Formats: sequence, structure tokens, C-alpha cells
Amino acid sequence: MNIVVCIKQVPDTKGGVKFNPDGTLDRASMLAIMNPDDKAGLEAALRIKEEIGAEVTVLTMGLPKADDILREAMAMGADKAILVTDRVLGGADTWATSTTIAGALRNLDYDLIITGRQAIDGDTAQVGPQIAEHLGVPVISYAEGIKIEGDYVIVKRQYEDRYHEIKAKMPCLVTALSELNVPRYMTPGGIFDAYKKEVTVWGRADLKDVDDSDLGLKGSPTKIAKASDKVRKGAGEKVVLDAAESVEYIMGKLKEKHVI
Amino acid sequence: MDFALDKQHEMARSLFREFAETEVKPLAQEVDETEEFPMETVKKMQKYGFMGIPVPKEYGGQGCDPLTYVMCVEELSKVCATTGVIVSAHTSLCIDPIMTYGTEEQKQKYVRALSVGEKIGAFALTEPGAGTDAQGCQTKAVLDGDEWVLNGSKCFITNGKVADVYIVIAITSITEDKRGRKKKNFSAFIVEKGAPGFSFGTKEKKMGIRGSSTYELIFEDCRIPKENLLGPEGKGFPIAMHTLDGGRIGIAAQALGIAEGALERAIAYTKERKQFGRSIAQQQNTQFKLADMATRVEAAQLLVYKAAMAKATQKVYSVEAAKAKLFAAETAMAVTTEVVQLFGGYGYIREYEVERMMRDAKITEIYEGTSEVQRMVISGALLK
Repeated sequence: MNIVVCIKQVPDTKGGVKFNPDGTLDRASMLAIMNPDDKAGLEAALRIKEEIGAEVTVLTMGLPKADDILREAMAMGADKAILVTDRVLGGADTWATSTTIAGALRNLDYDLIITGRQAIDGDTAQVGPQIAEHLGVPVISYAEGIKIEGDYVIVKRQYEDRYHEIKAKMPCLVTALSELNVPRYMTPGGIFDAYKKEVTVWGRADLKDVDDSDLGLKGSPTKIAKASDKVRKGAGEKVVLDAAESVEYIMGKLKEKHVI
Repeated sequence: MDFALDKQHEMARSLFREFAETEVKPLAQEVDETEEFPMETVKKMQKYGFMGIPVPKEYGGQGCDPLTYVMCVEELSKVCATTGVIVSAHTSLCIDPIMTYGTEEQKQKYVRALSVGEKIGAFALTEPGAGTDAQGCQTKAVLDGDEWVLNGSKCFITNGKVADVYIVIAITSITEDKRGRKKKNFSAFIVEKGAPGFSFGTKEKKMGIRGSSTYELIFEDCRIPKENLLGPEGKGFPIAMHTLDGGRIGIAAQALGIAEGALERAIAYTKERKQFGRSIAQQQNTQFKLADMATRVEAAQLLVYKAAMAKATQKVYSVEAAKAKLFAAETAMAVTTEVVQLFGGYGYIREYEVERMMRDAKITEIYEGTSEVQRMVISGALLK
């Protein structure tokens, strides 16, 4: 079976985010990593590969330096890597991005497409389901478990207090949560092999059945008025008390703030 | 000449760093406190191929170069020198001599198992009466039919007891030269744990690298198959010396990692610690000390990486290895001592890691050839 995992290079937001004066992310000043949800999706694909056999292709749309995460994915065990990069694709919102990725996917044979639920830079959770819509395949989002049974994929779809088990005939698209698994490390030898392999690079001309009007900044209906980092709260107050005292303390605080 | 690492090495470093920060660092204080060998960590390192980094793929290794291996030991030692030396002794002192001197059968049997993570390796040369003067070894091996019979004991053996495969150096004959002086001829052997007559003596309690398992090995009519002779009979001494040349690069990397780890903590701490109304990093005394340490650490790194490159490209690299180990070990000792001083009273408290790092650093000036031995090697080459 063929699995395509869509991954994205994102700035590591652990240490906070920085913006350019025009409101876009200052990506250059932040460490670039593979989006955590995508990495969990890749791990899920690699486990399927180990269990029942599959060819795992990773696909990303981004700047040429997104090559780094494709190599990382191959060092973890992905078989092939495709980088979709072109100046005309720059400035894409979720619509233009999903159009682009769907255009790339139309060139490939796939049984299962896995994307991350959402990227930690944009947090929209839109691209995965939109790709499925463009391709006309079913989508199961928020996967906290993925199993393959014959021609079907069975997904545990997460809800706040429960999960649904959903079965769909492949081809199908699944969006993965980082809670899905703990992704493996690369291996040293895997890294060296990954740099010996070729990354397929596609541009606008390689995208199938897409209109120019749906690509890049011009094809993006979303306009960002203003962006800012969330306001950080103070360090808070740390108290160490036993259970009974803690309850009393918390109740006191809640009353003080007129919450109860 | 280009000092920049290529992308593969950069990515390998980020892998080792992430692994060290996530898997090794949280256990480092406990490993030191309890003196317990970190077997769970070793299992993880086995799973991800860290125990066979410079070994060709056909023998189960990762097919990387000595520089990648050195960076692994360096990054591990930044957070836990015990974990660093486990990898170093296993790779440099056990796998490397079998790769270099072993028969195809020995490589397939031992190097593969050691590299894929089924077995742990160790090396045994030192004896109670034979440290720097390795010629003073007393352990003997005699061929009896199809078996070698070993008698004697070895001490201070890193990975002792936890290892499955041991390279053991023993006397196989004594000859007389023209003037009638006796000369011991050594040979190298591969001894497996469980060989009849092979047992473990005392576990050493150490100042530093306390989680590394350091044992005495005892051979009492220990019988091993004839084919476990490593390299030609009588060539054990040059095999041991060449093995130690490689081992010194691993220890140099360990020392480098300790120094880097201590410096990183000093930078963080001196920015936070306030005295006289400002951080101690704002005092010129601190700034100059940090500058000196950073310069010294980078010089050590260049020597260590140069030695690793020499191992990849040259047949003989004794002098490069000796210089790297001498300088990196003395840097580790000097930097950790200085960092403890910068931490003041807190530096002396076990809760703060720099105290451990200072204890860990000391051994790098002693094992796999003391700093004095390194000076002998370097000056010997200058004056020959």
C-alpha cells in the first residue's frame, strides 16, 4: 500500500514567536522543526509500514530549506520525499495551500494520506480536510489511533470526553494528533542515507488540475489584518501544601475573586 | 580548509542532542547518586544504532564516520559523562579492535551483535600492578588443544559485568633477546561472558562517572575457543596500543562534552545569579572567565574533531589522539573547576550538576592513558 504523509516545516514556537513588522512570522529568527502533529502522522505511517508493509512518501510545500524536514523524515524511515516549491506559490493561505498539495497528490498513487491535525504556526486545522475535499476522498480528522484492515482504515477519532471509532474505505485522508504516538528518533545511519537519496522537487508546472487563480498570495482569500503573540501571563504563584490545605487555599482564592 | 560541518553531521548532532536532553539528562543525577548502570538508556541507544555508529552496514553498524561517533559521545557527555564512556568503551575499545584485527568470522559474529545492540563490549588490559607500564601485565594464556586457557586478573574494567564481549590482553610466551633479557609476548583474545572460569571480582566505588560499571575480571583456568585469538599471536601489545589510540579520541570527546556542558550551565547560571544588585555575568571577572573557557573549549573541540578526521583518513593517528585527549581532558578539569567556583557555594552542592561534572572530569586525565602518557607519546614523536 502507498501512504503519503503531508508534513510542514514550522518555527519552533516553544520559546515564543517573533513577527516581522508586516505582521507575518519572522521565520528566519526561529528554529525550524517538523510540525509535531505531522511527525506523529509520519510515525503512524512508519508503524503501518513495519506491520503490514507500505511505501511511505513524505510531501511538503515550502521554501527550499524545507528539504531539512524531508531528510529528517527519510532518516526516520520514509522511503521517498517530494518538495513542492515555487515562487508563485508563496504567501498561500490554507485554500491555496490545500489546492497546491492536492495538485501534487494527483500525480501519486495513494491509499492513505496522513496530515497533521494542524500546524503550530497557523493553528487552523483546515489544510488536511481541504485536501480531502479537493481530491474527493473521505476525511477522518483528530486521529488518536490508526489501524488498517484490508481495504479499510479504522480511526479512533478524538472528542473531548470520548472517541468515535470510524471505519472508511481507502483511499482516505486522516489528520493525526500528536497524542497518537511518540515519534521515533532518527538513526545516525538513517541520516547519512537520507542525504544520499534524492528529494523530488516539483514546481507550479508539476501540479495537476489546478488554476493559477487558486495559488499563492493571489489565490488566497484570507487576508491577515494583524498578528500578535498571545499575551503571556505572569509566572503565577507557587504554593506547596498538602491536599486538604490545598483545597482550602484554592477555595479561598476562588471566593476572593468572586468566582464562587 | 572548511571548519563548517556538513548537513549530515549537523543533523546527527541535533539527533544526539535531542536524545541526550530527553532521555539521558533527566537520569544523570540519579545515575550518579545510585551508582547504577543506566541499562534502560543503553537499550534505547542500542535501538537507535548509537552502539555501532562508525561500523560499516555489512557488520550491522550505522556506516557513519568517526566524527559522527565522536559527536555522539560529546553530546551524551554534556549531560552525563557516565553514558558517554559506556558508548566510548564499547565502540572504541571492543568493536574497533575486532573490526581492525578480526577475521571475517569474528567480525560477523561479534561486531554485528555489538553494533546492532544485542551485546555490550569491554576491553581489559590494566592489572593491579600494570597501569601506565602495561608491559607489567601478569595474565597468561596457554594453548591447550583447541582452547586457550587464561589465568590472571584485570582491574578497573569499564562496562565490566554488564558487557558480553571482552577484549583481553594476556601473555602467551616469554622469549629471551640476544643479551638474555626476558621479553613478554602478548596476544589479544575475545572472551565471552559465561566462559568457564571467567568471573567478576569487586565493583569499584569511584569519584566520578559513578554509573559506569567498573569491575575486576578474574580468570581461573578460563577456557575459550582457539579461534578467539584476535589478530596474530604475539601481537597483542601493538593491538592494545593501537586500540587505545582510538579510545583516546572517544575519551577526548567525553572530556570535551563535560567541558561544554559545564560552560553551558555557567552561562545560564551567571546570568541569573545576582550579587551586589546585578547578575554576576555583568561582572568583568565572570565575563573574562567565560571568555577564556569558551576559547579553550573550542580549541579542544578542534583538536578532537581533527583526531576523529585523522582516524578516518590515516592509518596511524597516535599523536593526534594524544594531543586531543591531553588538551580536552585538562580543559574539562580546568573548566569544571572554574565553573564550580563561579557557582560559589551552590557549585559545591550535589543538587547542582556542576559538582558532578567536576568529579567526572578528573578521570579523563587518567584513563586510557594518563595526561603524562599523552605527553610521552607527543614528545616521543617530536624527538624521534
